[in-house]
Amino acid sequence: MPDRSERIREAARTLLRKNEVELVIGFEGGTLPLHSTPCFIRKEGEVDRLVWNSFCDNNVSKYLVKRQERIALVTKGCDSRTVVELIKEKQLSREQVIIIGVPCQGLIDRRRIEGKREAREILGAEEKDNQVVLKGAGWTDVLDRDKYLHSSCQACTHRNPVIYDILVGEGVEEDTGDSFSDIAEFGTKSPQERWNYFSHEVDKCIRCYACRNACPLCYCGECFVDRTRPQWIGKTTEISDTMIFHLMRAFHMAGRCVDCGACERACPMGIDFRKLTRKLVHDVKELYGYESGTSLDEVAPLATFQPDDPEEFILSP
Amino acid sequence: MKPKILKKRDSARFLDKLLREYEVFAPVKREDLVVFGRIHSGKEAFLDYMNSKMPPKEMLFPQLEILFTYTSIDDPSKIETPPSAGKPRLLFGTRPCDARNSLLLDKVFDGEQYKDTYYRDRRAPLVVVGIGCIQPCPTCFCTSVGGGPFSREGLDILLIDIGDDYVAQVVSDRGKKLLERRGLEDAGADKLSLVKKVIRDAEASMTSEVKIDGLAEKLAEIYDDPIWGLLTEKCLNCGVCTYLCPTCHCFDIVDEARDSGGKRIRIWDTCQFPLFTLQASGANPRPTNKERLRQRFMHKFKYFLDNYGQIGCVGCGRCVRECPVNVDIRQVLTVLSNRLEVAP
Repeated sequence: MPDRSERIREAARTLLRKNEVELVIGFEGGTLPLHSTPCFIRKEGEVDRLVWNSFCDNNVSKYLVKRQERIALVTKGCDSRTVVELIKEKQLSREQVIIIGVPCQGLIDRRRIEGKREAREILGAEEKDNQVVLKGAGWTDVLDRDKYLHSSCQACTHRNPVIYDILVGEGVEEDTGDSFSDIAEFGTKSPQERWNYFSHEVDKCIRCYACRNACPLCYCGECFVDRTRPQWIGKTTEISDTMIFHLMRAFHMAGRCVDCGACERACPMGIDFRKLTRKLVHDVKELYGYESGTSLDEVAPLATFQPDDPEEFILSP
Repeated sequence: MKPKILKKRDSARFLDKLLREYEVFAPVKREDLVVFGRIHSGKEAFLDYMNSKMPPKEMLFPQLEILFTYTSIDDPSKIETPPSAGKPRLLFGTRPCDARNSLLLDKVFDGEQYKDTYYRDRRAPLVVVGIGCIQPCPTCFCTSVGGGPFSREGLDILLIDIGDDYVAQVVSDRGKKLLERRGLEDAGADKLSLVKKVIRDAEASMTSEVKIDGLAEKLAEIYDDPIWGLLTEKCLNCGVCTYLCPTCHCFDIVDEARDSGGKRIRIWDTCQFPLFTLQASGANPRPTNKERLRQRFMHKFKYFLDNYGQIGCVGCGRCVRECPVNVDIRQVLTVLSNRLEVAP
């Protein structure tokens, strides 16, 4: 994929030189193996910092909101879907952003790799074709990258950016469709079992709000958890408080979440948020035939009303 | 007291014996995470770990602590403080960085100026057994901030992993008392030379280095430097770095009241949240990422030093590993150290 890095740099160089944008937001190499990190480029001379690899797993559309500059954004499939949502929700104008679209082949879940290695520290990682070469003190390991993708990448059906101004590299083949088999299977459990599962997950929460802050669609000027007059929610790590936070956040995501997985990647405690948000994604698709972030024209189902909207769930949860 | 040998295969049984006298907290595996938790059997301890996700800070300063409860708004006799722990507590298997950290927390909660009874009640009887780091992580930088992979500060006993055995070095009288009459044999010369070797190897394998000398003065000089805005641009302002930090100790106190009863709770808080400095007027002196992330660095590397004579970081590297956007404290400090003074 070095080709893509070079093409991103070329695009950024041209845009900055022609003064079409003031800022390019993309990724640069991180300080740790298996990490890339968001970077902000304002000068043509700095574009060589930009990279593209399987570790560019932050959703950088997070950085678009409440900015004044004209921005070019390096955008994967999932990032492009949150860009669409941000435009539809009037947080961003289409004219403000130039989308450098990158067809994505899925991103590597470093925790999945690190978890397998326990007490063997990874000192270096390199990507070669479809492999990841790990180096440690006196050992080398070659992994098949496709086996270590983020769970959200495994379920992804929009690897190619849904909107873009410049496309970097050839488009990639899309999966035919998300079967939501995990959600269907979870749905067969009893309400008590499901509640127990969520309680167990939420019990890990330390209220760091990394999930919220990593989410590009969590842009409220003041989050409900930060309200003090009136205070909507207790501040403790008791499950009664943490559960309200996570359930309310999920509700706010209904019909908006694109399942990019940014929340789950940011969580230091390994909470499975996607079980809940994917249920919402699934229901919105089933009930309204709507897939968030795929079209600029389609009205979001929860922002409109039709007399024949399905509403059975209101009476029979 | 001479160093003793604790055979690894006996360590669970050794812990079982200690469990009769102490409430024991040790690293345990919870799904994919290693965290500190109370154990009820020696087998639960997971000692072959790099470092825990969360530091054992909660032993001294829990994220959530009920300060008192009350059942009447008129009658002071209806105020109850939580009962103190029964058996003395033993923290087993902590890393030297986290053990050293308790000395920093002491300065805050048991210093000349303030004495926090809740903290002191937990701290005073706590016995701490650490395990030295034969394989420091690439993110560890303890040696740059005054510690080391085999630092004994804050420990009662230091265990050194020499393969099949731990060599137990007594650090304090309390540690001596714990080790006495346990039937452990003395470490022979061969084992002691192995100790020297593993310590040498571990120290040599430390690759991370951060320049701390002169940093506090530098921070004072560059407080208004626009570099802060650039360094903090990618920061999400979540609480990962501060909540996973052993040294961070800021808290909020909230009252939860219902009818005539309620409780007063102390809960961790963090300078990374806008609410932390939001004033009743609606004004916020730290309105953006820049001021909030700068505060984290100023507090650790200048204010803590000004107040207590030491920097507020033990180099455990948790913030480095866990930051969702790879804001690396080592990199930020290096940029700041190399920054030229800005004209006022």
